[in-house]
Amino acid sequence: MFKSLSLPEFLAKIDPVKCIKCKRCINNCGWSVYSWGGDKVLIDTFKCVNCLRCYHYCPEEAITILDNPVKYRKNANWGYYNIRNLKKQADTGGIPLTGMGSDMPYPVLFDSLLIDACQVTNPSIDPLREPMELRTYLGKKPAKLEFEKAKGGKSKLKTKMPPQIKLEMPFIFAPMSYGSISLNAQKTLAIAAKELGIVMNTGEGGLHEDIYPYRSNIIVQVASGRFGVNPDYLNAGVAVEIKIGQGAKPGIGGHLPGEKIPLDIAKTRMIPVGTDAISPAPQHDIYSIEDLRQLIYAIKEATNYTKPVSVKIAAVHNVAAIASGIVRAGADIVYIDGFRGGTGAAPSVIRDHLGIPIEHALAAVDERLRQEGIRNEASIIAAGGIRSSADAAKAIALGADAVALGTSALITMGCTVCGKCYTGNCSWGITTQRPELTVRLDPEVYAERLINLIHAWSHELKEILGALGVNAIESLRGSRERLRGVGLDSHTLDILGVKPAGR
Amino acid sequence: MPTTQVEGIAISPLLWRYFVKPLTEKSEREVANLEDDDFVVRTVMKINSEIDGAYVFSSGKNMGAFKGVGNPGEIARFFKIEEYDGYIWTGHTRFPTNTPGWWGGAHPFTLLDWSIVHNGEISSYGINKRYLEMYGYKLTLLTDTEVVTYLFDLLVRRHGLDIETACTALAAPFWKNIDDMPNDEKEEMTALRMIYGSALMNGPFSILFGHSKGLVGFNDRIKLRPLVAATKGKTVYMASEESAIREICSSPEKVWSPRAGEPVIVELEI
Ligand code: SF4
Ligand code: SF4
Repeated sequence: MFKSLSLPEFLAKIDPVKCIKCKRCINNCGWSVYSWGGDKVLIDTFKCVNCLRCYHYCPEEAITILDNPVKYRKNANWGYYNIRNLKKQADTGGIPLTGMGSDMPYPVLFDSLLIDACQVTNPSIDPLREPMELRTYLGKKPAKLEFEKAKGGKSKLKTKMPPQIKLEMPFIFAPMSYGSISLNAQKTLAIAAKELGIVMNTGEGGLHEDIYPYRSNIIVQVASGRFGVNPDYLNAGVAVEIKIGQGAKPGIGGHLPGEKIPLDIAKTRMIPVGTDAISPAPQHDIYSIEDLRQLIYAIKEATNYTKPVSVKIAAVHNVAAIASGIVRAGADIVYIDGFRGGTGAAPSVIRDHLGIPIEHALAAVDERLRQEGIRNEASIIAAGGIRSSADAAKAIALGADAVALGTSALITMGCTVCGKCYTGNCSWGITTQRPELTVRLDPEVYAERLINLIHAWSHELKEILGALGVNAIESLRGSRERLRGVGLDSHTLDILGVKPAGR
Repeated sequence: MPTTQVEGIAISPLLWRYFVKPLTEKSEREVANLEDDDFVVRTVMKINSEIDGAYVFSSGKNMGAFKGVGNPGEIARFFKIEEYDGYIWTGHTRFPTNTPGWWGGAHPFTLLDWSIVHNGEISSYGINKRYLEMYGYKLTLLTDTEVVTYLFDLLVRRHGLDIETACTALAAPFWKNIDDMPNDEKEEMTALRMIYGSALMNGPFSILFGHSKGLVGFNDRIKLRPLVAATKGKTVYMASEESAIREICSSPEKVWSPRAGEPVIVELEI
């Protein structure tokens, strides 16, 4: 009989001449690709996911991971994944799962947008000599500022500013729950957020006590499972986020199987050990926009109107109207997650075929809120496919107040976007709860790398602002005039509100 | 509009001047409850954006704009400005940098009693424009200076900010300076920047903002364009260059260069 009728995707190979039989690869691989055969390392290449942990930890560079040269016959219609998924389904009868954002070759509009620069008539500004400001406040802004006469005839601020999240740079870390990622991964995000003056987001898994010291840099999330939610939790961070949807799996819920719920996660989520943690697809008390408004105001009441409330939605076809409703329902922040956004686990069919890209969604939402004269009522966070400071700059020019980084942040921790997060075997200790794997991720060490990344992106953003001849991020925000499209059709340009290059 | 033939100005648009009184019956206006000024602004926007080839250059009560394509002297003679009296004058000429000269695109840019002349470029035009559009302004004159006029209209007339606060919003102090301010002021400046971030004018500019009660000169927050002010007796002079001031006032008593982003606000003595 055969092992499986689906082909291994990768071919792990060890050069027997170079190998010194130190067995590090055996210990490092979370997927048990390697085992000891008495006199040499044995390889079960079917298990290899190309996460490259073994490669980096092999002292002799004896390992190579190749794309399996054995392939199905080339076919422009029946691609590798079509055949493989079909065979897997024939093996199991189940829904193939996947992790991370979609790897399907849908066009990435960020790659078809170019940013302006100054020449002659308007001078560029040198960010090394002049101040460049990235500070960003997220939250509801009154439409205008009002003053009143105080004693002694002096005028005094009358407008009460609604609560805001202060960010030293327009980046936040995307919600990733304890359970979907390890506590060490969450700690890494928290340490970096605090050091950088930005925020991380607990995701829907509650707030572990180890993260409490970072509370001034934390957004706490309330999702359909309501894990770990109580008044203390709601008041623990700087803002509260209601999660309606996620870009990678719009319209569907989440499921963390009981085997992945040890004591610590159970405590944080406030559920019994070993029970499945189920996040239903809808929030069972939200079946209309009025219901959402009730929840928003229930949270505002519970936090005494001291925290902005964010509502996170997946980018779907009607996102502009939905976002407008959310703002009218009282949200201070709208978090839009594009379909390329990451996930710990989602059915492939959902991840790869539902939702719309963040570029379209963001452009449509920003424009709609402006047309309705309510853009100041809420900040917009764009997420789902921000890979570089250039993507961030383009998203901000399209109208985002800040961008959220999930996958990008994990990549600094060693992630290679292998997409196998749902297995819980992540060799890098990120999307796993296996203690022997999670200890690898030293939060102090990896926070340093994450801080480096955000510093690098901030410097790059400043360079972009300087080239644009402006010295504050708010002069780029929503300034679509500074973007041009290359090779985009007129409908797309129209949706993005961007002119074609050359015009 | 009284004009005269001037050598050097071969063609000019059809220029009409009307002295009008806004419809008194508020119900006759497109939207009820509009104040006179709002009604005038709406009408100006409507004409500029909806009637092909027609533009309103001036819509003030005690203010006129004389502008066109030609040398400043020729334009002055063309409009016979020697026949007008005024207590505030601003003048402007330029080398048409980004857009070829056209009559509508010449300075000043006016709306109601606000008038702007501008040396420089507004690099934040894209977002300033979209911000104004949210409040019903229609930007039709193909040049960045237009936003300045409308921003003043929005902040001063519609939002009720005093002129100094409006200037501070448009050329805001840096966060590092705000962080060092005493608490009250810090709170005020932080709110100002949060609320008016999209109105922040970024890029090189020096601007003269004339209105019925005075004149304001200010430049961008890192002073990428020059601005010089001077006084003699009860008259104040402002220009991009001192030589321009000395051209009309050869021996000013006091001459100074205002700091970046710091407005020079002159109020009329009545
Ligand atoms: S880590 Fe490298 S050297 Fe060590 S056993 Fe594995 S292949 Fe051989
Ligand atoms: S987090 Fe781990 S399992 Fe998930 S894609 Fe990255 S390396 Fe792979």
